[in-house]
Amino acid sequence: MSAGALTAREPAEQQLAEQHSTAGIKARRGSLGWMVLPALLFFAVFAVLPLLGVVALSFTNWDGIGAISVAGMDNWLAVLSDPVMYNAVWLTFVIMVVSWLVQTPISLLLGTFTAGSQKYRAVLAVLYFLPLLLSSAAIAIAYKALLDPNFGLAEGLGLPFLAQDWLGQPQLVLFLVIFVIAWQFVPFHTLIYQGGVRQIPKSLYEAAEIDGAGRVKQFFYITVPQLKYTIITSSTLMVVGSLTYFDLIFVLTAGGPGNSTRILALDMYLTGFRANLMGPASVIAVILVVVGLGLALLLQRLGGKNAGGSQLEGL
Amino acid sequence: MSATLTKATPAALKPAEPAPNRGLGRRIRKLNLPGGLAGWIWLAVIIIPIYYIVITSFKSQAGYFSENPLAPPTNPTLDNYRMVLEADFARYFLNSALVTAGAVLPTVLFSFMAAFAIVRGRGKFLKLVNGLFLMGLAIPLQATIIPVYLLIIRLNLYDSLLALILPSIAFGIPLTVLILANFIRDVPDELFESMRLDGCNEWQTMWRLALPLVKPAIVTVAIYNGGVWNGFLLPLILTQSPELRVLPLALWTFQGQYSVNIPAVLASVVLTTLPILVLYIVGRRQLLSGLTAGFSK
Repeated sequence: MSAGALTAREPAEQQLAEQHSTAGIKARRGSLGWMVLPALLFFAVFAVLPLLGVVALSFTNWDGIGAISVAGMDNWLAVLSDPVMYNAVWLTFVIMVVSWLVQTPISLLLGTFTAGSQKYRAVLAVLYFLPLLLSSAAIAIAYKALLDPNFGLAEGLGLPFLAQDWLGQPQLVLFLVIFVIAWQFVPFHTLIYQGGVRQIPKSLYEAAEIDGAGRVKQFFYITVPQLKYTIITSSTLMVVGSLTYFDLIFVLTAGGPGNSTRILALDMYLTGFRANLMGPASVIAVILVVVGLGLALLLQRLGGKNAGGSQLEGL
Repeated sequence: MSATLTKATPAALKPAEPAPNRGLGRRIRKLNLPGGLAGWIWLAVIIIPIYYIVITSFKSQAGYFSENPLAPPTNPTLDNYRMVLEADFARYFLNSALVTAGAVLPTVLFSFMAAFAIVRGRGKFLKLVNGLFLMGLAIPLQATIIPVYLLIIRLNLYDSLLALILPSIAFGIPLTVLILANFIRDVPDELFESMRLDGCNEWQTMWRLALPLVKPAIVTVAIYNGGVWNGFLLPLILTQSPELRVLPLALWTFQGQYSVNIPAVLASVVLTTLPILVLYIVGRRQLLSGLTAGFSK
């Protein structure tokens, strides 16, 4: 095939070569399949196989060490009648939705703000990025120290209302988790919005100015509508990413106090690797997969092709 | 991650970096009281905790208990850092570096080949593989951890760094293929055609034409897969030996052991963040443009 293509350099033979090349391209393109094999092999063994495996394991009993035995529907019946699981689903949704509601307006505002070209805004943008450099584990550990009522921020700032038992009160801990998630991830979404705002044609703003639209009106009638796809992208990443807050919540609260921050992923981990009930934990995992796939489909409906990935944790 | 970051040339990154728009800047300067207010408030929200973490890490335990939490240490000490280093953090750093490099390089290489084949190739098989990767985007990593654990045990890989690397590669592939395929799709057909007329086969075209043209995307996907550096769940479940700990896991156990010594715990947080901070300072432009390059399409 490459010999055929080579002769194409000779003008005299060009026509002949082109006749051959149409068939040549087809054959050549068809034979590209082997190039996907390394990626496919990894994905099949460590993603597809485990995905099928988790469904199979949900019908078995296994303590994580010993032999695996068939359990039939027992695990499913147990998990589906367990209020802890429904609580975990509820918490997962609450954290997802409230996090979205908190992060989106802040990121949108900050993204618009940092898109300006002034020097000090560039400096601020550099500083905003800092939380993204820390791992979730580091952030959770740091916040445990920050929240100490006697030696933490509340005392340092002289703000007694901050001196709460944030990690010990079920009503407070959820707010705290949502705040820390925002602290960690708003910087990333600010960057996405900043990129989006910079691509809005400035003629739109000029036209609006001639029409006498003020700054606030320009923001709501030009910036926000023009950012439609950016908003969808950012929201997709937030929603799908919210299934991966495991690291942060695990280190920060370990699901507590009680079960008040036991989200689905944590419920699966604690059931499987702490209580050594891999069968029920696999049922929870299947529920997690279904929730993830359902959300992805929903977002794809809403946003067209812009659906993002769930592998964005940590950055 | 570091190799890709420093190698990227400024020219290759230009398309991802929007030119600063002076006119827009002037207009925004007049506007945006709410934006400005939010900007400064958020700065405080970000900086005060970071300031607290850094100054506390230089305090002695006595200083921690006696001084105002936001006052700089009166007798700054490096003892906390010495303590962290003596807790074998150099080894944990090396483990993290090995796992990250070992996962990122194959992920990017294999994904690039797959993306090229998916864009340039024809046929049902490639369509099917593409569909499979797209489906993989929607699956949360943690959900498959139990079978992955079983698989790693059966492969006799439990409690090894390879146990962390192999699943990380698999889970990085879908998004990496998606981003790279989007970029390769943007390469004009005429360029492929001219490569063909020059007598290059697809393999040569991939390396000589597609790879240089998608360099900014390579930076992007390398950064994303660099998230393996911060991974916590896989090490937590798939390793147990202290000498195989990666940094996030080491932080967590260190914090468990020294929970009474807050300055030392915060020193471990600062110390483990330093390498990334250095990378950020060295490659900020590439990092920022790379991070968003995948979404500007």
